[in-house]
Formats: sequence, C-alpha cells, structure tokens
Amino acid sequence: MVTGAMTSLKLLSIHQLHISAAAVHSTSTSTSRGKQALRKSSWSDKEVPLPIPLPLAAGAQLKLTRLVSFPRHQIQRFWNWSNWSASASVSDLIMAEEELEKKLDAGGLVKDLRECFNTGKTKSLEWRVAQLKSIAKMLDDKEKDIMAALYQDLSKPQHESFISEISLTKASCKLALKELKRWIMPEKVKTPMTTMPSSAEIVSEPLGVVLVISTWNYPFLLSLDPVIGAIAAGNAVVLKPSEIAPATSSLLAKLLEEYLDSAAIRVIEGAVAETSALLEQKWDKIFYTGSGRVGRIVMTAAAKHLTPVILELGGKNPAVVDSDVNLQVTARRIIAGKWGCNSGQACISPDYLITTKAFAPKLIDALRSELEGFFGGDPMESNDMSHIVNLHHFTRLSKLMDEDKVYDKIIVGGQRNENQLKIAPTIFLDVPEDSLIMEEEIFGPLLPILTVKNLEDAFAVINSRAKPLTAYLFTNNKELKKDFVNKISSGGIVINDTILHVTVSTLPFGGVGESGMGSYHGKFSFDAFSHKKAVLYRSFKGESSMRYPPYTPEKLRLLKALIGGNIFSIILALIGRSKD
Amino acid sequence: MGSKDAKKEEAFDAEAARSLVNDLRGRFASGKTKSCEWRVSQLKAMLKFTNEHEKDIIDALRSDLSKPMVESFITEIAMLKASCEFTLKGLKRWMMPEKVKTSITTFPSSAEIVPEPLGVVLVISAWNYPFLLALDPVIGAIAAGNAVVLKPSEIAPATSSLLAKLVGEYMDSSAVKVVEGAIPETSALLEQKWDKIFYTGNGKVGRIVLAAAARFLTPVALELGGKCPVFVDSDVNVKVMARRVIAGKWGLNNGQACVSADHIITTKDFAPKLIDALKVELEKFYGNDPLKSEDLSRIVNSNHFARLAKLLDDDKVSGKIVLGGQIESKDLKIAPTILLDVPEDSLIMNEEIFGPLLPVITVDRLEDSFRSYNLKEKPLAAYLFTNKKKLKEEFVRNVSAGGLLINDIGLHLANPHLPFGGVGESGMGSYHGKFSFDTFSHKKPVLYRSFGGDASARYPPYAPWKLKLLKALLDGSIFGIIRALLGW
Repeated sequence: MVTGAMTSLKLLSIHQLHISAAAVHSTSTSTSRGKQALRKSSWSDKEVPLPIPLPLAAGAQLKLTRLVSFPRHQIQRFWNWSNWSASASVSDLIMAEEELEKKLDAGGLVKDLRECFNTGKTKSLEWRVAQLKSIAKMLDDKEKDIMAALYQDLSKPQHESFISEISLTKASCKLALKELKRWIMPEKVKTPMTTMPSSAEIVSEPLGVVLVISTWNYPFLLSLDPVIGAIAAGNAVVLKPSEIAPATSSLLAKLLEEYLDSAAIRVIEGAVAETSALLEQKWDKIFYTGSGRVGRIVMTAAAKHLTPVILELGGKNPAVVDSDVNLQVTARRIIAGKWGCNSGQACISPDYLITTKAFAPKLIDALRSELEGFFGGDPMESNDMSHIVNLHHFTRLSKLMDEDKVYDKIIVGGQRNENQLKIAPTIFLDVPEDSLIMEEEIFGPLLPILTVKNLEDAFAVINSRAKPLTAYLFTNNKELKKDFVNKISSGGIVINDTILHVTVSTLPFGGVGESGMGSYHGKFSFDAFSHKKAVLYRSFKGESSMRYPPYTPEKLRLLKALIGGNIFSIILALIGRSKD
Repeated sequence: MGSKDAKKEEAFDAEAARSLVNDLRGRFASGKTKSCEWRVSQLKAMLKFTNEHEKDIIDALRSDLSKPMVESFITEIAMLKASCEFTLKGLKRWMMPEKVKTSITTFPSSAEIVPEPLGVVLVISAWNYPFLLALDPVIGAIAAGNAVVLKPSEIAPATSSLLAKLVGEYMDSSAVKVVEGAIPETSALLEQKWDKIFYTGNGKVGRIVLAAAARFLTPVALELGGKCPVFVDSDVNVKVMARRVIAGKWGLNNGQACVSADHIITTKDFAPKLIDALKVELEKFYGNDPLKSEDLSRIVNSNHFARLAKLLDDDKVSGKIVLGGQIESKDLKIAPTILLDVPEDSLIMNEEIFGPLLPVITVDRLEDSFRSYNLKEKPLAAYLFTNKKKLKEEFVRNVSAGGLLINDIGLHLANPHLPFGGVGESGMGSYHGKFSFDTFSHKKPVLYRSFGGDASARYPPYAPWKLKLLKALLDGSIFGIIRALLGW
C-alpha cells in the first residue's frame, strides 16, 4: 500500500522536480536576479516581474543546506549538483532524485539524533529554554529576511506575514518560555482505597526523536510552531519544510543551523524522495501538516514502527451567515479570513458560505463593497493579497472556475493572470452541490455561496460532508449558536468571526475525521510531544494477606465486602460468617 | 432471532460489516447515543449484567483459562464494576464544556472546549482478561456517546460468546454490538471506516490495525505489551517484595498479563536472597506441587504452551532453571519457573514471555542498569522495589515506560486517576477513568465573539501605521501604541 501510494506521489512530483531543476540551474548562474528569473520560469515558462529586490539567493542556500545537513558523503553529491549544466533534462533530474534517495543517510541522521537524545541533553530545562530563547531571538533578528522569503514564495503582504507568521510564532515561543517550568512539573493525582497507602503522579517525558513535516502556505509558522512544542517537551527534532515554498525552506535551514543546537535540531530540505527516506525511519512521533492524501501515506509509514502521528489537515470549512447579523462586520471578517489569509490558501479559511435565499443579495453586496474598500477597484493591482503559490495550484483553481456548471455563477471577480499567478477574489452564487468546487477543498480565492430556505437546513448540508477543520457561524441568535455547537462536528468552531481561534493558546487546534487527528498550540503542543507517564508509589506497609493465594472463600468474601464498602459485611466476613 | 440473522452470523464478510457500520452510523446520526440518559442507561445495564451473571462470568473464565475464582472476581469483575461506577459518578461533569481563558488578540470573546463523541467506534479486545479488556474500553466509548462494535477474542471462546449474549440481552443492540470471530471477521471489520479503533493485543497485529486505519485517517489507541522489568534493590522488605512479585507474576493469570513482571533485575549479591524468598512464598501460596494448585490459571492454548516450552528448551537457558520447570502438556500447565542469569541473546530475553517463566538478571549496580535498559524497547510498565529516595527519583527520571510503579506490581492500573497505556513498542493512547472518556471524545474548541470590538488595523488596505500599531499592541507597550496611533 505504501509503495503504491509513493509511486503515484512520485509521478505527481514532476511539478516539484521543475522547482528542483530551477534550483540546480540557479547555482550555475551568477546574479540573484537571474536565478529568480530562471526559477520562476520553471513554474510557468513566462517572465515574471519581480516587485522587490530579493535579499536571498535561494539556490545558493539550497545547496548550502545540503552541505550543512549531510556533512559527510553528501558533500560530493552537492558538487555534482552544482556542476550540472543548465540544460539538464528531466530524466537526469529523476535519476538525481533517485540517487539522492539512496544517498540521503536518513538512518544515520536518526541514529545521531537518538544518540544525542540518549545523553539526556535535550531533557534538561536549561537546554529547552536556551533553544526557545534562540528562536525568539532569531525572530527578532531576522524579521526582514523572513518577510522577504514569504514574499518570494507567496508574495505574502508584509502585514500578513507579520501577524500570521512572525507574531504568532513569537507568541507561541514566549508562552512556552513563560509556562515551561509549570508544564514539566509532575501532576499529582488522587489515589483510591484499593492501593492504599500510596501516592500517584503523572510525569511528562519527551518521546525521543520526532519528525515535523510542514507545509507551504504558512511555511514559517507551520514549521516552527510544532518545533517549539517538540523542543519544549524535550525531544530531538528533524524539520522537513515544504519544497513548494523554497525560499522559506532554505531560510529555515540556514537560520535553525545558525541559532539552534544542531546536534539535536536539524532541518532536512527536499521533496518526495527526501520525505520518503525520512518516513522509512523509526520516529517517536511524526507531526504532519498538509493534505489527507499524504496524511494517509504518513500514517501508513508510521504504522510500520508503531509511531504515533499528528495529522493537521484541512477540509471544506463552512461559514453559515444568519440574517440578523451586523452585515459590515460580518463581511469584513469573512474577507479577512478568506482573502486576508494568504488569498484563501489557508487550512482554516472559510471554504464556502451558507445563507438564506432572502439574505444572500445583501450579503453579496456587503462583501462586494468591503472587498472594494480593502483591495481597491481592481484587486489584481492590489499588493495586499498573496498570489497563488505555483502554476500547478493556479491551474487547479482555474479548472474549478471553468467548470460548465459553475462558470456562469460568478457574481464577483473572476479575473486571473497566469503570469502573475493571481486570481481576483471571486464569489459564486448557488453552485450545484455536485460541482468540482463543492467537492474538493478550494484552498484559494474562490468563495461559493450556497443558499437554503431556512438556516437550519445548513446543518444537513454540513453534516452530509466530511468533518471540516473549522466551522463558522455568524448570528445573534442564542438558540442557533447552541444548536450549531451541539450539532456540527468539526475540528473547531468560531462564532461571529473567522480564524481567530488559532490565536487562543488555551484552545487545542486540530482536526477530526478527514480534517486530521491530534491537536496542538499552547500547552497542547507540549502534550502532543510528551508521554504522560503514570507513576504510582507504594511503601512496604499496607500488606494484606487476602490478596494472595491460597485463595479461600473467606478471602473472597472479605474482598467483596471491602469493595462493596459495606462495613457490616466486612465484619461478618472477618468473623467468618456469610450473608449469603 | 430470525433465520436471516442466523445466516448473517454464519458469514460475517466485508458486506455484512459494511451494512453493520451503516446501521450504526444511522443510529449515531439520530443523536440517540449523545444523550446523557442513553449513556447512563447503558452503563447501568452493563453493571446489572455483571452483577446478575457473576457466576456465568467466572465459569466462562474458568473454561477459557481455568482462571481462579478470586482472580476472576478481583481482576475482571470488580475492576469492571469499579470502572463503570467511577464513570457513572463522573459522567455529568466530564460532559460539561470546559471554559478556558481567552487572549487579548480576540478581545472581547469567550471560549470553551466541548467534548463530543467521535461517531462509530471499534473495540478489538484480547484473550487474557477477556471480560475486563473487552468491556472497559466499551465503557469509555459509551460514556463519550459513541455507537460501538466490540470484537472479543476468539481465543477465549466461552467469554466471547457470553459477552455476545449479555450485551445483546441487556444493552441497546441498535448502538452497541458484539461481533464474534477470528481473522476473517476482524479483517472484514478493519476494511470499514471507523471514527476510532481501540485495539488490545500485540505489536504485530497493532501494526496491521494501524495500517488499516491509515486508509480512512482513523485515530487508533493501541494497548500492547512488552517486557516489563522489575528492578529489585537490596534494602527492601524481602518477604513483602517476594509476595508482591508473585502476585504480580503468577497471580496475574499465571503471567499472561500485559503488566505482569517479565523479568527481574537485581544485584549479584542480593539475587540468592531474593530467590530464596520467592521459593518460600511460592510454596506457601501454591503448595509443594504447584501443578496441582487450583490457584493458578493454565496456559491459554497449545500454541502458547508450545511457545513457552520452546523458551525453556533453548540451549542457552536450559541449565539456568533454579526453581520449577515442571510442565504438563495435557492440562496446559507450567509450574512457576525461575531462571537465573540467562544470557541476553537467549530467546526468553528477546520476546515478551507472557507466561509463568521468570528470568532473574544480575548486575553490579542497579543504577547503571537503568541506562542500558533504556536503550531497549519501552515496556508497558516498569517496576522498582527500594526504600532509597534517590534511587526512586532516578528511576522515575530515567526509565521510560507506559507507567511506573514503585514497590508493587500491576496495582497502578487500579488507580482511575492515572492514564493507562503504552509508549513506543508498548502502544499509543491511554484509557481508564476520565482518560477513557477522553480517548473516545473529540475536544472541540469553540470561540465566541460578538460583533463589537472590530478594529480596522486588522484589515486591508495595509498601511505602515497599521503594522506599527499591531506590533505595539502585541508587545503590550502603551507608549508604542500611542505613538503608532499618533502616526509617529
């Protein structure tokens, strides 16, 4: 099963190979601008204007990381790569991937980290605090570089990068630093009569060597946030950032090497081949963020070693809008959660809206007017929206828009520019439920609106589908809120806003069913990477012979009386009489 | 039961499993299992049949394992009742949403974590405690409001069929089902989509269960075993220690328990004393001829008997037996057997023993053995007998296992306030007490906002002042906030 799935993944990875190809090309060109042009050209074969000077030579760093991450025999490999001609064919590259798969010494990597973990180094509070402080420092020192990498990968607006990637990571890091001492304290628990006299506690201990595989849409936050949990819990950790956001991937490799203890924290860059090599190893936990398809592959690979997994997936997040709402605020919050979240390329973005037939026109008007206020008359010109991550996803989204059933349902937007990988905020009204756009997770700037007669009908629409990561409801109706919370199953629920629950560290963040398993954020991140070890302490006192053989009817009677808690029966049993 | 049902029972294939799951999914969707009343009524029904059929349960366990009545009573019936009663007492509180604090970023808001059932769940249980290990997870599944299918172990057939009968008779059979059977039935069940699978057994099958679950992204709890070590220091109360080791080895289904002592690690000097004490107490407990004792379970079947006999026949260990060693294949009986200083590469030290054989390994210093021990697979439990505070601390800090117990064996699972479960090779996920409820619940976070508190700094068009204001807000610097607002 694994092999089959891996093979199909490998076929799909031709897209990703383009990117690898670009990285190789770029190492043999001389200016960073030239490298960029080459890189982008491999996505779309068209010239892409670069709006800002790029501070990073992505290709050079890719190779640097390989050098750093695989110190021994990988060096030779790197030189081979850098000497390749710019006309290396796809088959060369496939061979290269295969060769890398053989050469990537994932086994040696895990062995090194396990040895480091076994020294007990990562278990000390000092080490954990030092690493977390370094991350906090890195966030302060390198804010500009991080924003530039995110701009390069996604043209993510600085404002968004700051709030949703840098400040959230920083908040997570600071919280862990503040609370860590409390988190690692054993938790005393009660003991029952049966084990008297005794005391009991639950001790949190690190799992060992863990793997974090992250994703491209929030390539910085979604890489470091789980790593913070893994470090806080005292594990050695390998991070595999997404190759689909190559600038951030290479920046992470560089920064983590520079700021953190590389004997216990490593970054392995790469695509399918590297991920496959990593997944063959025995880990003590795998934390994966991404799609259900790959999630299944990860879990199947983990089964071989009985490795527990956390899967942070996505889903079609519904937003139900009642007619009694503050229309302007509702519209603004929907826009912020959809187009203001990486152009809808976020696992918690609203995927589609449900409202009543009667209210739909008002809602659409409000969205239209707020969209214009936010992104101007021509949203294609706005700098306040991310572009689509790559041509593959652009094509996928275009296909959703162009389907016969839905093309004429567009009531706002619809503009797109393949060269710039841009799609305008686009709203569809009353698309059929069997359309492509209603069957797969949209993950982009398209927003279908379904209308129902009564809002209660929305429940059936949502419950007929796989459980989403988040469900949203806008209403002032108390009963409706209660019903929604009771009847809608999803990873999480937000009433009267979008996406903000991820900033509340007291709430576990994670999916259920198709949207994933396991959760993190705040202390839940610490718990996600800890084993909760039950410890019971007994003394040599409190010894009672009735526990031991030879078993006699008297002993059984006494036991029953004791367990029943009936004093009268205990006395009867002790004096050798039975009620029975 | 009509003839249609009888036919279904004859061939429980993937098709039958599919229709079973469909029925249960329909039942779950009706919301019936979510009501507190339903959950309470089912738990009470379980308590009722356990009380009313105590004798039948003890008989079934005797038939499957010749389990002594006192053991059956304590470790299967009383434990199950305690679990049921603890759950009934806590359930209302457990079902309550948990209010949590919110942060300044979402002000004004309120938040809570709402536990909700996962849906339709599968419990696959084991043969060694075929009553307790089948129903204890079912308690958690019901308490959390799920529809549930129980697949008891076919290796304890009398208990399996009794469970099917009692659950069918006493409980709501539209939402709680028992499917009896072996590999074909289990495979048919594993081909279905479940919302959780709870498996008790061994790592080999655990891997199969996990891989099958991966297809549907089903979360899994695996309760496995491992070689549970017992470290014995020389300063202990020897008699009490010996009695507790015996109770935790032969007194737990003759060693056929996932938490029973697998082997002892002690110092060279102390080993003779320890073995003498075990000898004396063993004779007191089971008499001169333990094969005749009624107070020991037999080996479950001839497969396991042959497996254990092979462990004893290993050339590397045959000369190491210091006590016992008698076996009687006719009755599937093996006497309590102690082996001293078996080599590390012997068969017996490389698989979970799960039977009445107890190797004693000697070391120079107990502290040193914690470290080397840690390099092996993590067991379900690790035990230490000592009076030294420092040694206890070191043990708790350095030894990784599902659970630890100081100065006794097996008893930690009688504390419902402690999570019970393995780590690494001994499993994943935990249960008992409220942890059982949690295992079968989704903890759904809910954030409530009003339409007030809307700040334009959050929205495009993004301007430098907005970013400055946000940074100042997040840093909590009043001065910065004022500066940003003033546009400096």
